[in-house]
Amino acid sequence: MRRRIESLHHGRPVPGLSPGVASGAGADLALVGRLLAGDETAFAEIVAAYSPLMLHIARGFVSNRASAEDVVQEAWLGVCRGLEAFEGRSSLRTWVLAITRNVGRRRGAVEAKELPWSQIDDDGNGAVDPARFRGPGDPWCGGWTEVGAPVPWSPEQLALDGEARRLVTRYLDELPDRQRTVVALCDVDGLGVDQVCEILGISPGNQRVLLHRGRARLRQLLEDYYGRGEVHP
Amino acid sequence: MSESALTCKEIVELVSDYLDGGLDERTARLVDEHLALCPGCDAYLDQMRQTLKVLGSVTPENLSESTRDGLLAAFRDIRPPQPKG
Repeated sequence: MRRRIESLHHGRPVPGLSPGVASGAGADLALVGRLLAGDETAFAEIVAAYSPLMLHIARGFVSNRASAEDVVQEAWLGVCRGLEAFEGRSSLRTWVLAITRNVGRRRGAVEAKELPWSQIDDDGNGAVDPARFRGPGDPWCGGWTEVGAPVPWSPEQLALDGEARRLVTRYLDELPDRQRTVVALCDVDGLGVDQVCEILGISPGNQRVLLHRGRARLRQLLEDYYGRGEVHP
Repeated sequence: MSESALTCKEIVELVSDYLDGGLDERTARLVDEHLALCPGCDAYLDQMRQTLKVLGSVTPENLSESTRDGLLAAFRDIRPPQPKG
């Protein structure tokens, strides 16, 4: 990833205000040019585009949604004041996210709520209730029991798209902090593993475990909601 | 089944990495072999796919309107419009 960032830096174009900008370093520098010139529309656009992702990051370091909103606000003020420091070494987004992370971390320390990101969220529980598997002594030990096996969700259930989304949004909010943050960044925002690890300061191994646990929990909650087909009324 | 075959209980711990392409080749093959024979795990995998699909469609929350308006006002202070030149 570092290499990619360097290559972006390599072809640094002259900062300009060209309309219809392409993506990449040129687009970022053009956007920064507009911001430096006081283009409020450009600022409104970038705030609308990046803030949801910034809120997810901030929420990983502070204790509640309101604090996260404060963090994002402070990060944007830092971005406004520090625009001259942006040199296009990383993408504008990466730069803004790093500022958000730093503000969030500082705020978390003040709140004394800094999440122990270095520890994995291993509650020792499996992805699925162990009672759903056959126990030792059974020739199929570790296999699903008859009533424990998942039953495919019916097309009707899945057709309730809006409802599934509403449920998942709520369940996501209820996940343990670290799981929620990693799932939100990876599966909602679509950030890559490298970027998530760098922002949160965790190893790829920890990232995988948190993602796995969070996803498994969400699947379980949906399964509980939909019922287990005809097997479980 | 060979000795190294995976149990259902093991499969569910691998599904997330499996979907991300994070398993080594041998383990991924063992998962494939298991899935081909096990309707329960196949349903589990499909449910996980559905869960990820729904997650991808979640509209993340944005800043409140008041925070956003405050930021735009602050931007006007910090970065007043420059004359085009």
